[in-house]
Order: sequence, then C-alpha cells, then structure tokens
Amino acid sequence: MKDVAFGQYYPVESFVHKLDPRLKLLFLIAYIVAIFVATNFYGLAVCAFVLILAVAFSRVPVLKVLRAIRGVLFLVLFTAVLNVLFHTGETVYWQYGILCISKEGILFSVFFVIRLVLLVVCSSLLTYTTTPVSLTDGIESLLTPLKWIRFPVHELALIMSIALRFIPILSDETGRIMNAQKARGADFETGGLIKKIRAVVPILIPLLLSAFRRADELGEAMDARCYMGSKNRTKYKKLTFGWRDAIGFLLGAAMVTGVVLLRVYLTGVV
Amino acid sequence: MQAIAFESVDFSYGEDSAFRIKNLNFTVEEGEFVAVLGHNGSGKSTLARLANGILTPDGGKVSAFGIPAEGKNLYEVRKKVGVVFQNPDNQTVASIVEDDVAFGAENVGTPREEIGKRIEFALKAVGMEEYRHATIARLSGGQKQRIAIAGVLALKPGVIILDESTAMLDPRGRREIMEVVKRLKEEEGLTVVLITHFMEEALMADRAVVMNRGEIVMQGTPQEIFSRSEDLITYNLVLPRIRYIEQRLNEGGMSVGGTLDTQILAEEIARCVS
Repeated sequence: MKDVAFGQYYPVESFVHKLDPRLKLLFLIAYIVAIFVATNFYGLAVCAFVLILAVAFSRVPVLKVLRAIRGVLFLVLFTAVLNVLFHTGETVYWQYGILCISKEGILFSVFFVIRLVLLVVCSSLLTYTTTPVSLTDGIESLLTPLKWIRFPVHELALIMSIALRFIPILSDETGRIMNAQKARGADFETGGLIKKIRAVVPILIPLLLSAFRRADELGEAMDARCYMGSKNRTKYKKLTFGWRDAIGFLLGAAMVTGVVLLRVYLTGVV
Repeated sequence: MQAIAFESVDFSYGEDSAFRIKNLNFTVEEGEFVAVLGHNGSGKSTLARLANGILTPDGGKVSAFGIPAEGKNLYEVRKKVGVVFQNPDNQTVASIVEDDVAFGAENVGTPREEIGKRIEFALKAVGMEEYRHATIARLSGGQKQRIAIAGVLALKPGVIILDESTAMLDPRGRREIMEVVKRLKEEEGLTVVLITHFMEEALMADRAVVMNRGEIVMQGTPQEIFSRSEDLITYNLVLPRIRYIEQRLNEGGMSVGGTLDTQILAEEIARCVS
C-alpha cells in the first residue's frame, strides 16, 4: 500500500534520472512547443528521434513507456477517425455528403496521431524519471521569479511536498477505516453505482476528520520547530546544474532550432 | 541557570472549559532530567505547550534560560526549548529523512554548510546515520520518532521536552527512544523533560513531578514518589512493576524494598528467603 501512491516513478539510476528536474521541466515545455511548431513530417521526425534517444538513456523499459499511451488511446483513435472523415483534400478516394476520405486527410490524421503520442510519451517520461519530491523542488525553483510579484512560491512548494508526504499515511488510513467499517458489516462490493457511492461516505467522513486532526498537530509541530514562513529561511538542498544538464540543454536547443528551420525551409510537405 | 521557569502561571482553554491551570510554579534546572507524570487530562501536555510558547498563559510568566516566552522573543524560546510530540506521523514535514531533520534549522536561517553539519550531528545522536537518505514512510515507529528527535536537535536546543513521545510505540520502539534520551542526557548534557504515563520511564529521572487537574501534587526523586503508593493511586497512576512486586512481597510478610533497582531487589529477596 505504501508504494502505490508514489506516482509512476521508475526507480533506476540513469542519465535521464540524474538530470536536474528544472531542466526536465523546461525540456518538456520546449518539447511541447516544438511538436506544435513542426508542420511537416521532417520536423516531427526530429522530435521523435530526440524522444527515442531520451527513452533509451532513461533505462525505463519501452513497454512501460508505451503503456502510458494506453490511457489516451481512445482519444487518439477518436481524433484520428474524425480527422480522416472531415479533412478535405485534392486526391479524394471516397465521398458521402460532407464525409470524405482523401490522401491529405489520411496524412493529416497520421500526423496528428504522432503528435499526440509524442506528447504523452514525453510527459510520462518526466514522471517516470523524476521523484515527486524533486519535481516539487524543480517547480519551486522555476517559479522563484514570481516572488517579485509577491506570489507565495515557498508556501506553494511546502503545501505540495506535505501533500506528497501524507499520501502514504492517508492511504494506509483509508485501508484501516475500510477494514473497520467492514468489521461492522459495511458492504463495499455489491450493489449499483449509487449504492457504491453511498458506501464511500462512512469512509470519507472519518478520513476527513482524521486529516484535519493531523493537520492541526502538524501545524503545532511546525510551530515548535520555529516555522515562520519564507522569511529569513535558508534552504539546505540546492539544485545543481551539471555536465549532464548541459548536454540535455544542448540537445533540446538543437531540437527546437532544427524544427524551426525545417518549418521555414520546407513548407507545405503536409 | 533555569532551563524552564513557570512563575504563577494561569491558563485555561476558554471560559467553558473545565480544565484550568491556576498559579502554577515549576522550574527545571539546566542539566536536569525531570519526569512529569499524570493521567489523561492532568495538564502535562499543556505544560509542554506552554513551555515553548505554542500556548500563551492567561497570567504569570513563562521563561526559558531567562528569556520570557512572549512577543519578539517567542522564536528564541522555541529555539531553546524543543518539543517532540506523540504521533510520529504528524510531526514530520518532508518525505526524506535529511530534508525533515533540516526543516527546523532552515526555518531559523542557518547557513547551508552548518545545516549539513547539524544533520550529521543530530542523526548520529539518535543513531540513525545510515538512514540519512531513507524515505520516512518506510521506517518503523521508533525510527520515525528518533527522526523527530533529530529534527529538534538540529535546532541546537538547550532543553528537550518529550510529550508522551513513546505512547504510540511498541515496547521495542519505546526502549529505543529511552536509550536515545539517556545518551543525550549523559553525552550531550542536554536538559530533558520527559512527559509520560509509563511509570517505568520515570525511574531514570533525577526528579519526578506528578500532575493532577492542572496542579503539581507531588514532587521529589522517583524513589520518594514511588514510595507513596497510596497517593499515586488517588491520582489514577499505577506503580512501576518493581514497586508493585515489592509491595506485594511486603504484604505477604517479607521485608524488602526501598529500592528501584532490580538487582538489589533480587539480592534482598534472596536474603529474606534464606
């Protein structure tokens, strides 16, 4: 039960795992931009190549990476079918009313499917290779400029990390409460949807109550350890930008430049 | 120097609360090991929360090492008076051991290199050096509570208050904590206030204080306190096992006792029997 909630982090040591979380976050953003800047297959090929490289160096099994697509499979297929049927083109193979299947339509829909798959794989690679804790650290560090407009960056990061810390505790507790209710004759398995939803209430209320009590105690313990917000606070862990990050950065920069150049010089392939 | 000083402190949790502390005087000398005993609702946890300024008294004065626990000095007092609470799960902030130990030191603006040293010191003091990078969720109760102690030690306090810190642990975890406390007292010269309802834990204290309904009703060495068994029973406290055995033996016509040491008791019994 304890390991369930820790996202989908895949614990191995690899080049990608050791990258600075900030770089990985920025890379993901750059990647998304690149995918949408690419308007032809050459551009997408560059993106795909970079992603394959990243997956290879992450030591996450390919099957596990592909499993990420399963969640969005329906969406991908649905948009593909719509694109094929509604995209008009010059070389028409079949037409019925407004529905038509054309060479251009098929190409466009293939293009779109590749885009979506790359997007999903890249973002799940981030969560496969980065622990929630370092992801939080990365987000905090990247948001630091917002402190200028008095955005509570530190507080936000603390809330996120405390939430992560309590996930295993609350999931254990849910198990305990469920067992306690079962011991009192509660039935969670049978019945229709409405009945099942109703059965959740006697779990939810004690859980909520206990969460509040925990929050109260935690607040007291934080007070006792001199917590006063972000004022005058130092930070022990520092994120460092190493040689791996330099390589990652160069690769990302090269990819974006390549995609932009391909768009400018090779217009109209799709 | 007085590590903790309460001068005629009044406190209540609001008008309609039955519990109140009236005119409480209580001091802990530097280097002392004091056990505070009392059954549920006797006010012993309130004592801990008043001592480090989480609760503010309605009247009277609370101070630590001469610093009054009020206004601007509040955080100075909290730095000096560390509190370890009951539930190990509800007092850790981070998911990784070293991050949690660092939390207090980070709060008071300790420089980075110094925090690193303090983490090392604190984890060594509780015997958890190898767990520096471990995930807290996977530790045992006793280990989690040792991390909580380390988190307090990283603030370099002058006195550490354990507010029923062993109550939720199994016997093994309880033993672990008591060993750590003993070591801290002997090796680091730390002042310790141990709030507990396990009488056995009070045996190693220099002084024991019994609380009942917000009042200090008994005070003295553990020896003295535990020799007044009738009084303890009126305050809903049970005797430590060794004292209980002595009492039953004496009732049965043997004359042993006056000791809290198992070895000495065993010798006395042997003498009586032969």
